[in-house]
Amino acid sequence: MSSTPQGIDVSIEDKRVVAEQPPAKGHPNTCPGCGSHYRDDELVKHLRMCPHCGHHFPVRALERIAQLLDEGTFIEECADLRSADPLGFFDLRPYVERLAEAETSTGLGDAMVTGGGRIEGSACRLAVMDFAFMGGSMGSVVGEKFARACESATAAGVPLVSIAASGGARMQEGILALMQLPKTVCAVDELHDAGCALISVMTHPTTGGLLASFASLGDVLLAEPGALMSFAGPRVVQQTTKEKLPEDFGRAEQNLRFGHIDAIVPRGELRPTIARLLRLFGSCGQL
Amino acid sequence: MASSDAEPGFRERLSKLAGIKSLRGTKLPAELERLQRQLDRLTEEETEEEVWERVLLARDEDRPYTLDYVARIFGEFFELHGDRGRDDDSAIVAGLGTLDGKTVALIGQQKGRDLKERVARNFGMAYPEGYRKAMRVMELADRHSFPVLTLVDTPGAYPGVAAEQHGQGGAIARSQAVMARLGVPTVAVVIGEGGSGGAVALALADKVLMQENAMYSVISPEGCASILWRDASQAQKAAAAFKPDAAHCLELEVIDGIVPEPAGGAHTDHDLAAELLREAVTSAFAELEHVSPDDLRRARRAKFRAMGVLA
Repeated sequence: MSSTPQGIDVSIEDKRVVAEQPPAKGHPNTCPGCGSHYRDDELVKHLRMCPHCGHHFPVRALERIAQLLDEGTFIEECADLRSADPLGFFDLRPYVERLAEAETSTGLGDAMVTGGGRIEGSACRLAVMDFAFMGGSMGSVVGEKFARACESATAAGVPLVSIAASGGARMQEGILALMQLPKTVCAVDELHDAGCALISVMTHPTTGGLLASFASLGDVLLAEPGALMSFAGPRVVQQTTKEKLPEDFGRAEQNLRFGHIDAIVPRGELRPTIARLLRLFGSCGQL
Repeated sequence: MASSDAEPGFRERLSKLAGIKSLRGTKLPAELERLQRQLDRLTEEETEEEVWERVLLARDEDRPYTLDYVARIFGEFFELHGDRGRDDDSAIVAGLGTLDGKTVALIGQQKGRDLKERVARNFGMAYPEGYRKAMRVMELADRHSFPVLTLVDTPGAYPGVAAEQHGQGGAIARSQAVMARLGVPTVAVVIGEGGSGGAVALALADKVLMQENAMYSVISPEGCASILWRDASQAQKAAAAFKPDAAHCLELEVIDGIVPEPAGGAHTDHDLAAELLREAVTSAFAELEHVSPDDLRRARRAKFRAMGVLA
């Protein structure tokens, strides 16, 4: 279901776009940048970056946590939360069926994993998204997990590190999905009022409702190279405006140039960079 | 298509509707009539066509827009322009006005009435500059302890190259964050289309109301159809599936109350629609009048914190 998720084109919605580009080579371990093909263990060893051209492949939530945290320090929280189907939503297939399938194929309860751990010795809380679970879409469970991660960080007096990868709000939960925007925004305001920092990392893609809520509210905003971070996706913009899109439309590089993020951090430098920020922010409100 | 198993659920919903605090004090006949219409709707499982009719009503070109209400519900009014950064986005109107003799800050999305104005107002689709104007007026209101009224009516935030370059997503996020921090009473009313992030940017309020025929949704029916059904012409099906109407939003506890409209819809009688809106807004503000800034913030955040349904 998830392969290289390019061409995301949504405003605020779940996107389970199976990669439409590159057209011919659809295998998830084939680099869309240079066409090199890797075994899974090779990609894991290289943090899922192409050793040849530097392309950043998608990273699943648990693998990301393993990349970032000191070994053996992660303690998951709220793993038991599951989505309900408040609208009895049925498009081409029932929402409950899509949920069950996503859980089976990803082994996750929803599109976000939260918990606590240490990065180069500094304690933090983490909220890591997984694009493989229904396009990383944010419904009630993702909103709730993020809000609880804020509360957990506040209680422990440590910063929260958020790693986003999402097409936006989960359409199947209708207006309740939209309400996860204000919900997570309120949670960040509470976190900030308690003196705790939010470090937000945007990975490919961070679009729609994610960009329009907590992901944009970090004290420091980081992005991985080439990550698409736009409120509306390229296809929607093109269809609406008939404008010719710039080559780096909505990409991390454009966002850096226009002043919307603090830095682009290649994956290999992400752990030391976050560790440095955790040291600079210190444990909030506590010694 | 009335089904008997729908009946108990409906009774429950009706009693919920009847209990909405912010509607107390509105005219009884209008209220009864509205409940009757609600009853007619809820007893029957709506057909796709009926849901679609309401979508069309929410988008009706003759429906009153923000400035139509401003002219009718405020005494004095002074419009404020510009985001103090780079532009004045006319898709969002802001200003100070008097409501029952008290100064209130107004922020509302404005669609255009004729083609020329529609283009000038960008069909009510704001750029980040519009949300920045909204934020600076909210902060102004906070400094001077003016309550904030927002009127939501947009198909969505504008999806354009420049809008993205100027930071559309971040502006919507920060506008909500500013609303979550305000120490003054805030009331948001969805008066037409409450389209997605562009709408919720102005709707993180103490009281969120919807007009009877307004819609509030995570995505436009057309957008949803083109993604889930892979066919934009399935918009009617999509709208029926995600239930964007006021009664369902109230049932899901996303909004705090429904503002009645004249029979047939707000477009049939702008003066009456404005009077009903004014009554609902003033009674919502009255409930918030003596609440301290800290308590307002706390209750507002707690309300949104609780939204969502878990298994």
